[in-house]
Amino acid sequence: MGKEIQQVFQRKFDKVNSIVDKHERKVSNLIAILQEIQAEYRYLPEEVLTYVATALGIPPATVYGVATFYTQFSMKPKGKYIVKVCDGTACHVRHSEKLRYLVREKLGLDDSKDTTDDLGFTLETVSCIGACGLAPVVTVNDDEVYGQMTPEALAIVLDQLIAKERAEQQTEEQQEKSDQRPARNGQAKELDDGKGCQGC
Amino acid sequence: MLKSPKDVERIAEQAKKGLNQQKVRAMVCAGTGCLANGSLKVYGKLKELVSKKGLLIDLDMTEDACGEAHSGESAACGSDTPGGIGIAKSGCHGFCQMGPLVRIEPQGILYVSVKPEDVEEIVEETLIQGKVVTRLLYQDSPSGTAVKTEDAIPFYKHQHRVVLANCGRINPEDIREAMAMGGYHAIAKVLDEMTPGQVIKLINVSGLRGRGGAGFPTGRKWGFAEAAKSCKKYVICNGDEGDPGAFMDRSVMEGDPHKVIEGLMIAAYAIGADEGFIYVRAEYPVAVTRLKKAIKEAREYGLLGQNILGSDFSFDITIKEGAGAFVCGEETALISSIEGRRGMPSPRPPYPAAKGLFGKPTIINNVETLSNLPSIILKGAAWFKSHGTETSPGTKTFALAGQVVNTGLVEVPMGFPLRDLVFEVGGGTRTGRKFKAVQIGGPSGGCLAQDQLDVALDYESLRKVGAMVGSGGIVVMDEDTCMVEVARFFMQFAQNESCGKCVPCREGTKQMLALLTKITDGEGTEEDLELLEELALAVKDGALCGLGKTAPNPVLTTLKYFRSEYEAHVLEKRCPAGVCQALKSYSIDPDKCRGCTLCAKACPVGAISGDRKKPHSIDVTKCIKCDTCVEKCRFGAIIKE
Repeated sequence: MGKEIQQVFQRKFDKVNSIVDKHERKVSNLIAILQEIQAEYRYLPEEVLTYVATALGIPPATVYGVATFYTQFSMKPKGKYIVKVCDGTACHVRHSEKLRYLVREKLGLDDSKDTTDDLGFTLETVSCIGACGLAPVVTVNDDEVYGQMTPEALAIVLDQLIAKERAEQQTEEQQEKSDQRPARNGQAKELDDGKGCQGC
Repeated sequence: MLKSPKDVERIAEQAKKGLNQQKVRAMVCAGTGCLANGSLKVYGKLKELVSKKGLLIDLDMTEDACGEAHSGESAACGSDTPGGIGIAKSGCHGFCQMGPLVRIEPQGILYVSVKPEDVEEIVEETLIQGKVVTRLLYQDSPSGTAVKTEDAIPFYKHQHRVVLANCGRINPEDIREAMAMGGYHAIAKVLDEMTPGQVIKLINVSGLRGRGGAGFPTGRKWGFAEAAKSCKKYVICNGDEGDPGAFMDRSVMEGDPHKVIEGLMIAAYAIGADEGFIYVRAEYPVAVTRLKKAIKEAREYGLLGQNILGSDFSFDITIKEGAGAFVCGEETALISSIEGRRGMPSPRPPYPAAKGLFGKPTIINNVETLSNLPSIILKGAAWFKSHGTETSPGTKTFALAGQVVNTGLVEVPMGFPLRDLVFEVGGGTRTGRKFKAVQIGGPSGGCLAQDQLDVALDYESLRKVGAMVGSGGIVVMDEDTCMVEVARFFMQFAQNESCGKCVPCREGTKQMLALLTKITDGEGTEEDLELLEELALAVKDGALCGLGKTAPNPVLTTLKYFRSEYEAHVLEKRCPAGVCQALKSYSIDPDKCRGCTLCAKACPVGAISGDRKKPHSIDVTKCIKCDTCVEKCRFGAIIKE
């Protein structure tokens, strides 16, 4: 068992290692390194930060300091779908707070909780995404941009997204079940390399 | 590979010939705004329909046909196949709310809000027969007449586009199109004819001032860096456009990335740098992709790298993506961030021009500043000074947003009257409600009222009224906006973004925010207003960097121009705009209510009750003041106080 865990760790750090190497182990590339790691894991696991510090030869506190300074970085796992409600000036004066309330209500989130328990969704309020001409704006995972939003229109978008996420979750569960069967028959199960790792 | 300044001209001529084969050309806007509105589907369908008809012709095809891609003579190329149609993606046209936009050249027709189902008609009528599809034109309000060309639309009519000249006119992902429009001609001229000293002198004479906010003379900044003795120097393009409500730098980086690269090259040559960085916000993924592609193309053409155009000048650019910290727009903080550290500012002096990135002399210029350089080099200082005012020459791009009819990017000569910008270009308030204020310059700027509308948009005039050009975000507010809440909103932003290094900013913004929250919660006193003002002035004086020094501006200007609104909150416990939650209450006018039950059904907390066809009432203990009933009521029976 211990060996298995070691293997998982080894594979996880292999990925981190390749990212660090790609950036020539330069301290000046620390932000880019953390960005790539976050793209991989959807957050910055603490042990990975310590690993990066060792690899770059700098104190873990420095890496931790950078990771907590920039709003882009998260030390907590984020949801699969990140819903960003823009609250820049233009969106604010066009009542973006109503959209924020709606997202919270639909996803069951509040002041102290910005990610759903099943790690399906995260709500973020951003200062400005620079699409002020389309205010108020909501984005999903940065690639879907919804402009000139009303609470009614956003409700439709969210309902579709929630349905999509549920369907995906079900497929994943089924996948897992079918994956487990051969494992019980004594065949080795392919270990996750840390991709999609949620909270190790 | 371009080996001499003359090669630039040659490629440009070749590209022009290729483009001339396109008898008509449809430019589909692929800026962030139009992408959000689905412009890629329009582009895809246009391309599909035109190529099905065998009429599509693009730049690559023209070169392949001539068998001389990227080099060689361009003698008779293109003259024998006239009549082709070009379809291209362009950068931001600036009129984002009307997107997706399609511009037809050479006529200059602008179609607005184009949907994929409109494409067939555009192809048949306009691209093939040259007729105008009237229903897709911009409808001028209130006259309701359709406006045929882009230049005739009121939003564009007053504009004078220098920085934005190519945005929406070229395909930003093809270096040849940029060159056909004069791209890289300025750096060719600089390398061919000018010494670094002459470049700095020209920029000094032109009077160009930094477009990032403070307005420091660009030439003087360069002079300091040029004079600094060092074997290594850096230039940085500041694309960390963090001001909420500003998006002009994003549009330039997305719409004309080669202009930014060329500007940075000119700056590097002037001060003797061989390495440059473009620092872009992580929130601008499209800009990052286009810049990366543009740099790659420039390298392939030999415009970046060793011995550029056969000269001694060698230069290359790296993109650095920010990670979401507003303070990184401040130059010393930006340097820290590029070095991989927390983006915290440091005291100046030493200025970056003497000791900057990795301790070497460094020049940091804003995207818009750099984008002005090629035109100044090619057209001269006198031409540049012929626009704008004596002390603020040239043009400035403003991002017009908020409660205004036309939102988007506007480039006007410096000194343009604010009133004309809001009412002529912007078309006044979109809600029909009365104009109340205009916020200019983001969290560092100020809020101006009706009485200040005649101010000219230049550095000095704006500073006189307590605002600043800032990066150029202009947000229009109508009478439904509470100015105290706006001040609180900006203070919340400044407090979130304060890096925490210096006490005046870290503690001052927190205390100002507490006071403003107290006032919007209806618990403020008269003494709080005095304390707020005193605190604001103290932070302005004492903070280390630009963020802290300017963070009190929204508070000070609202206190100055909208004092009565603060007093209503404090003395009468009333929010005149009906925005502050704690100070508003709802009731139903029994004379107007018809008992339609619409509000009762819509109320999310069941606070409204009443019999059908009889006046309803609101239980204030249950009411969460969400405004839903106000929006639903068709008889205006809900009274909001």
